[in-house]
Amino acid sequence: MSNTVPEGAYPLMDKALQNGPLNCVICGVGGQGNVLASRLIADMLLAKNEHVKTAETIGMAQRGGSVMSHVRGGHPQSPLVPRGTANVMIAFEPGEAVRCIDFLAPDGLIVVNTRATQSPSAALERSSYDGTDALAWLEELPTATVLKVDGDAICKQVGSPRVLNIVLLAAAVKTGAIGCTREALEDAIRGRVKERFHAMNLKAIDLVFGA
Amino acid sequence: MTIHLYMGNEAIGMGAVHAGVRFVAGYPGTPSTEVLETVAKANDGSIHVEWSTNEKAALEAAIGASWSGARALVTMKQVGLNVASDPLMTLSYIGVKAGLVLVVADDPGPISSQTEQDTRSFGKFSKVPVLDPSSSGECYGMIQDAFEISEKYSTPVILRPTTRICHACGTVKTRGGIADCAPAEAFKHADVDENDPSWDEGRTKPEGFVRDTLRWVVFPRTSYENHGKVERRATQMAEDFAESYHPNRIEMSGKRRAYNDPSWQNLGKASDAASFGVACGGISYHYVREALERLGADVPIMKVSTPYPFPVKMAQSFLNMCDEILVVEELDPVIERELVSLCGQDYLKRTIHGKLDGTLPYAGEQSVENVTKVLAGLLGIPAEQAAFTSAGDLATAPKPAIPARPPVLCAGCPHRASFYAVKKAVGKRPAVFCGDIGCYTLGNAAPLDMVDTCVCMGADITIAQGIKTVDPEKIVFSFIGDSTFFASGITGVINAVYNRHDIIICVLDNSTTAMTGMQPHPGTGHTMMGVDGSAVSIPAIFDALGVDNVTVNPLDAEAAQAAVRDAIEKTGVRAIIFKSPCVNISKPLHPPVVINQETCIGCHKCIDQIGCPGIIIRDGRVEIDETLCFGCQLCRSICPTGAIEKGEE
Repeated sequence: MSNTVPEGAYPLMDKALQNGPLNCVICGVGGQGNVLASRLIADMLLAKNEHVKTAETIGMAQRGGSVMSHVRGGHPQSPLVPRGTANVMIAFEPGEAVRCIDFLAPDGLIVVNTRATQSPSAALERSSYDGTDALAWLEELPTATVLKVDGDAICKQVGSPRVLNIVLLAAAVKTGAIGCTREALEDAIRGRVKERFHAMNLKAIDLVFGA
Repeated sequence: MTIHLYMGNEAIGMGAVHAGVRFVAGYPGTPSTEVLETVAKANDGSIHVEWSTNEKAALEAAIGASWSGARALVTMKQVGLNVASDPLMTLSYIGVKAGLVLVVADDPGPISSQTEQDTRSFGKFSKVPVLDPSSSGECYGMIQDAFEISEKYSTPVILRPTTRICHACGTVKTRGGIADCAPAEAFKHADVDENDPSWDEGRTKPEGFVRDTLRWVVFPRTSYENHGKVERRATQMAEDFAESYHPNRIEMSGKRRAYNDPSWQNLGKASDAASFGVACGGISYHYVREALERLGADVPIMKVSTPYPFPVKMAQSFLNMCDEILVVEELDPVIERELVSLCGQDYLKRTIHGKLDGTLPYAGEQSVENVTKVLAGLLGIPAEQAAFTSAGDLATAPKPAIPARPPVLCAGCPHRASFYAVKKAVGKRPAVFCGDIGCYTLGNAAPLDMVDTCVCMGADITIAQGIKTVDPEKIVFSFIGDSTFFASGITGVINAVYNRHDIIICVLDNSTTAMTGMQPHPGTGHTMMGVDGSAVSIPAIFDALGVDNVTVNPLDAEAAQAAVRDAIEKTGVRAIIFKSPCVNISKPLHPPVVINQETCIGCHKCIDQIGCPGIIIRDGRVEIDETLCFGCQLCRSICPTGAIEKGEE
């Protein structure tokens, strides 16, 4: 599915940059690498001399709970993305995209991992949640664009579930929606991630870009 | 000058290093923890950095450092200040020698705290000045200002960021990054005359403690005198903060000026817009600015960065400018009450909106959304302009059901095994489970449901004593983590021994302070100076107090349950130490377990009894999430058919 990421199809963020702050939200489950993804976007924007603000979930809410990061470029005042103003949403699993949908601008882009993350409370209720309904609902949104990414397939190819954040981020970059290049993402990784993890993260980017 | 992306807490830590701090102590607590960790990372060995046993110990140690001539920083969350309040109240009277700053992080929401208490109010109560930063950039500057203010007025100073400041990143201009910030260089603070030889010597080599009993020993007579001085000091600071502390300001049309700038004269009369204004501070300042930008409205804003002592003259100037004022702030209506009080004092007839008149809610955070809505209403702007329409609002189908996802104990967490052992051993006998602050508070969730009370650090042990005394028919357990035990549990144990109470204390020892992000504590022996000291033994403490105690590995389900059954048979104060390291500081003991689908009868006992996130239902079958399973084997002791098998090593 990675090869279906359309290159440069959604230059939303660039447009947003000219019209005010550009906004991105990243949603998922604590422990999936949400904070790193948000810092990498911030680093890429910073490298473009943008003023950046981010806000992340740190502390008690991290432990397997729903988490969300906000990244804003341009000249943001609040570190939090207001309701209905996110140009891009990166979702680590379909249900969390639905939970955070009120942050997305009507014409926003959702980059969503297709595999659902189970929850212990769902198991207790015998729920057979698998994300199918959530994905279908997202695709039916009349004004938003949905880009489904089979992140797990790429993670398996790389050999680590830890690169899911980079896979989704690379997909968002490839669309043009972040307004940053693949090289900028690679630089950001080199600048922030420990060296021994560079190779696997760069490989994930290769696989997303089909190189 | 370098530009960095810093979290508010990192900016505070770096600012403190650049201000030449020499002694840093604190106790971990969200959202304050990263301040001390930032200093520790930047430390070249010339700064003493420590996680103290609790906030009171941290502040008292810092007082000693300040009185010996070294700039000192103390970090904690808001409820930590309750613990440190005893020394703070008196320190306010006695004062400091070298600068002493407390970073006390408030948590509107609250997002990870017991209370929505407001440290600005604590500042007023203790007569200690409070600086309220609104961004990472202000964090970096204000922590340095705080040391200057502390020394200038001989008072401790509180820097009070909130969660959205502490844990938000922003671009900060600093004099260097963590890597290139050697404290020796950092001592050359911008405001200091480096050519004055006495300065450098004074900073790099603290003078040491100089005896002065009239100054450092508190007596009722000196306190009477100091009380007067403290009040005069507050009045002087209020004037100085209004006159010359630039983060305090009135601004309009993007122009920021001091309140007494002549160009503000007659502003209220010259412009209709100026008859309405907004007063705010902290993160709310940015919410207000964004809301006004969104509405295209231009009204004067008063930003209060020193909520105590309140910059009265600036506020009087603002009240003269505006007939109607909206006050936007989180937690207590501190600024609002000051304005209402000034209106009374100065016989001014003004309309003040905020929490007191119900315009804004008391509880929870402010937001761009709610500030925009309230401002639109007050300014007569159509509601459509204040709408935040989202992609979800335009959906044609109803939202699908998605699973609730509250925070849970991690897969493989030894606390789950400890709770399960107690639950199984107690069975149907009536019992009470007193809980405490830490990851293990999450033991309250289904299916464990093992936390009946939770108040504050250490309270599990003492509340248990009260319950057992009044309700003797029940077995009363108390659960406390290792770091919490050191922070404030030991006093309660001594109370139990002395007063002959009858409780079972369960120490959940995972060898770290897990909830706040794996900080070391006295039981680990690791220090923030990189030196491994002497680890304090919890069993030895119990032995010394004459408390019957046993240490058991909770992941050994049989032994753990036997230890609990044993304790139930006894009376008096007895303790079980459940010892097994946090999964975040250890490697998996075994590979993930495997479910044999042939022998699994789908009874779901594994799910219903321990609620581990590693056990999931997929396509109607019970499966193991291999990315989460830690191989702890607890679920294997539950499966009635032995269908959960050990993974291949």
